[in-house]
Amino acid sequence: MKVIVCIKQVPQTGTVKINPQTNTLIREGVESIVNPFDMYAIEEAVRLKERLGAKTFVITMGPPQADEALREALSLGIDEAIHLCDKAFAGSDTWATSLVLAKAIEKLQEFDLIICGKQASDGDTAQVGPGIAAHLNLAQATYVRKIDNIDVENKIIRLERLLEDGIEVLEVKMPALITVVKEINQPRLPSLRGKMRAKTQKITIWTHKDLGLKEEEVGLKGSPTQVVNIFTPPPRDKGMVFEGEPEIVVEKLLTELKKHLI
Amino acid sequence: MSEAIKVIVDKCVGCQLCVKACPSLAIKIINKKAVIDLEKCNLCGACKSVCKFDAIVIFKPQILKEDLSSYKDIWVFIEKEHDKIASVSFELLGKAKELAKDLHCKVVGIFLGYNIKDKCNQLIHKGADKVIVVDKKELENFISENYANIITYLIKKYKPEIFLAGATTCGRSLVSRIAVSIHTGLTADCTGLDIDKQNRLLIQTRPAFGGNIMAQIITPSHRPQMATVRHKVMIEPQIDKTKTGQILEEIVDGKLFDDRIRFIEFIKEETEKVSLSEAEIIVSGGRGLSDGKNFSIIKELASALGAAVGASRAAVDSGWISYSHQVGQTGRTVAPKIYIACGISGQIQHLVGMQSSKIIVAINKDPDAPIFKVANYGIVGDLFKIVPLLTKKIKELNKK
Repeated sequence: MKVIVCIKQVPQTGTVKINPQTNTLIREGVESIVNPFDMYAIEEAVRLKERLGAKTFVITMGPPQADEALREALSLGIDEAIHLCDKAFAGSDTWATSLVLAKAIEKLQEFDLIICGKQASDGDTAQVGPGIAAHLNLAQATYVRKIDNIDVENKIIRLERLLEDGIEVLEVKMPALITVVKEINQPRLPSLRGKMRAKTQKITIWTHKDLGLKEEEVGLKGSPTQVVNIFTPPPRDKGMVFEGEPEIVVEKLLTELKKHLI
Repeated sequence: MSEAIKVIVDKCVGCQLCVKACPSLAIKIINKKAVIDLEKCNLCGACKSVCKFDAIVIFKPQILKEDLSSYKDIWVFIEKEHDKIASVSFELLGKAKELAKDLHCKVVGIFLGYNIKDKCNQLIHKGADKVIVVDKKELENFISENYANIITYLIKKYKPEIFLAGATTCGRSLVSRIAVSIHTGLTADCTGLDIDKQNRLLIQTRPAFGGNIMAQIITPSHRPQMATVRHKVMIEPQIDKTKTGQILEEIVDGKLFDDRIRFIEFIKEETEKVSLSEAEIIVSGGRGLSDGKNFSIIKELASALGAAVGASRAAVDSGWISYSHQVGQTGRTVAPKIYIACGISGQIQHLVGMQSSKIIVAINKDPDAPIFKVANYGIVGDLFKIVPLLTKKIKELNKK
């Protein structure tokens, strides 16, 4: 069995802040982390390796510093890492990103399961996972909260999806792509041995040429969408704060809330 | 490769505005001129937007695939919630009608399912000029592959100019498959839609970085222009029973059904009456509750208000309430009319999941808790006294 995890390096949410005076991003201390949802994807792949002897791969598309994210995945037990690193990829929207990832997955051949986090914490689109599935014409299951069973012989995976108002149970023929939510597992911490191995392990680097893609098919040129403007939303109005006797503050709050309840 | 972004050195005055705006830390001022590190730049355009001297240019080739003028009308994907039509679909019909006025075109509802023909009139009364309905046993349950295959076929056949769907679990899983198959642009989770009449472009506004930044996105040279739209942002239109429209039933080829996915069952979460995504009001509890059994006071307030119950990550990780209630970065993003945070300090990871709420109420004993920074109304005090009292007063009001 071959399992491929797609991850993204993102800025840590707490470090992306806006200076209210200048309405610009505060740059100090911007740290990069592995997208939180992708940590559950990595963990699930490592569990499949332990349970079913799956061979595991991690892929990311990103600038040279995304190497750190791949090494983190390796330290957690993923076998091999591939870095899709090429200036030509810059400015890719979800269409182009899912194309690049799909081509890399295709190049790895004979895979059974692709696991992605449900969405990335910077863009929040949740579009790349299903996009990869569409490029590769794979069956998909999004928002997976549990893998119930994998029938390796018949290549059928039974899983549970977390929807707005309940849980859906599906059986999907592999090869398939799933995106996972936090409920699926509790990610482990890297072991010391894992960290040591990750430090020195060779990471494969592929560019658009390695993937058989033309420059105009990727990056900004290959992206149907275009960002035309970025602005900071108007700050929230300064709120009222009530302090004192419960009886009085609750009455004050209710008076205010009534204005909005009708 | 040819550079996709360039600083026009003659125009640049070294003012540093772009340096501050760049989310990727890719710009430095060297010898009083901006220099962009292409290794770091992701071509987001933030620098170009802030530059007062038009000194930054981004090259984007405008290759026209085909004549875009053959695409017309605004399509709305009609989502079902078991036996009824999801309210987000009605909201989108209302918004589509507004946009259609600027484009002088029709609003078309795209309705897939089984035994649904009797519901088509509801869509017309809510603003659709036309409904394309596909009624088949195989479409009884939402299987994204089947729905995507059929809608892709319909888009190729009728060529809509704009395609909208709700940014729900269903909508997001479906539409990105369609956008890839059709090869067109898709913008996720929009909170604003407008028309650039001159160029017939859909201006799509959406939050990024957890609502810290808003981005405006267009799809200049591919059609349809596709977007998923956040629930509860657009206004649901009034019913107009006098309105008439066309209902068109499409018969589709059985080859469009994918046999790789089998629906087994749906288990409804019965514990709560109101779901987070539907709620007008949400009452959330956090670490300040100290113990799982204290969640009862949150549930009582929610029940008095007809609200849904939310929770912070701390409360979920402590096992006090199930993950499906978690609001925040690793949980759900919500934007109700009123969000009441009880005993939640307001870590950034929580704030990004709820700061788009219209009115935020915070109840917390720590006056310095970050939640008060986003709250319209804050009460500094003991939630174990305040919340039950609030519940009692609201129950009294309900009786009146």
